[in-house]
Amino acid sequence: MPTIVVEVMPKAELLDPQGKAVAGVLGRLGKTGFTSVRLGKRFELTVDGPVDEAMLAEVRELADSVLSNAVIEDVVGIHVVGADSTVGASA
Amino acid sequence: MRIGVVTFPGSLDDRDAQRAIRIAGAEAVALWHGEHDLRGVDAIVLPGGFSYGDYLRAGAIASLSPIMAEVIDAANSGMPVLGICNGFQMLTEAHLLEGGLTRNDHGSFICRDQQLRVENTDTVWTSGFTAGQEITIPLKNGEGGFIASTETLAALEGEGRVVVRYVGLNPNGSLNDIAGISNARGNVVGLMPHPEHAVEPGFGPDTASAMRSGTDGLTFFTSAIERMLATA
Repeated sequence: MPTIVVEVMPKAELLDPQGKAVAGVLGRLGKTGFTSVRLGKRFELTVDGPVDEAMLAEVRELADSVLSNAVIEDVVGIHVVGADSTVGASA
Repeated sequence: MRIGVVTFPGSLDDRDAQRAIRIAGAEAVALWHGEHDLRGVDAIVLPGGFSYGDYLRAGAIASLSPIMAEVIDAANSGMPVLGICNGFQMLTEAHLLEGGLTRNDHGSFICRDQQLRVENTDTVWTSGFTAGQEITIPLKNGEGGFIASTETLAALEGEGRVVVRYVGLNPNGSLNDIAGISNARGNVVGLMPHPEHAVEPGFGPDTASAMRSGTDGLTFFTSAIERMLATA
């Protein structure tokens, strides 16, 4: 069954205390090759049937209105994985 | 005078808010998130806690719960609404207040008796304070950092809609030390600190005169009651 993936990240200009905490533990593990870590969310919306443009449009609307809060987050990606999709990847 | 307190799954401070309302002299009415019934109340408190486990975002799922349709309609028609902590987060998620709340900049939950300055005494919920009055009430949050766009921040400051500001220490990285704001009409107020935990001698913050004697939070509730009686 196809799955629509929505990815949401805290706004780039905001502090990301969770990402900072992960970066801190990587440093303590001696992994010094990373200049920063940012942590976001991935939603997987499974669909019973092919994904058409109308459904993607609905997901885009929901991504902005429910799955993310534009004051603190950005929707950085919407794409389809799995079989039976009638449309390809889309941002 | 009947003030409703909405209980959501994961609300923690609904009983304390009800108690504060009773101590302030009004009738506290329990409201339920899953209903579309405000039970004829005159004002509404959205209490603190971790509604729906703070899943999705703090206050986000609660802001979409059934009773919020009625709360939003009532707020837009002028009914006094106070959002405390998680309730403040709900009000921003419901677009009744601007800006948003993010994880504390230091990454930790914080619980302390917090000093505040009352910046706006024109709102329904703060009319009993004197302008610039400094008060102390408990604060306890993990996601209390107030943020807003530059334009929104300028509007809030320019229109005097910053209601309370942190004094002495900014506990969560809030922009401009903002602890609470109001809508343009002044009937909807949200703040991160908890006035309902400072309403009864023996159970409030310490003061210079005695331990746990602080009751500065009571004025939020008596303000609304007096304002509603005056306009009734």
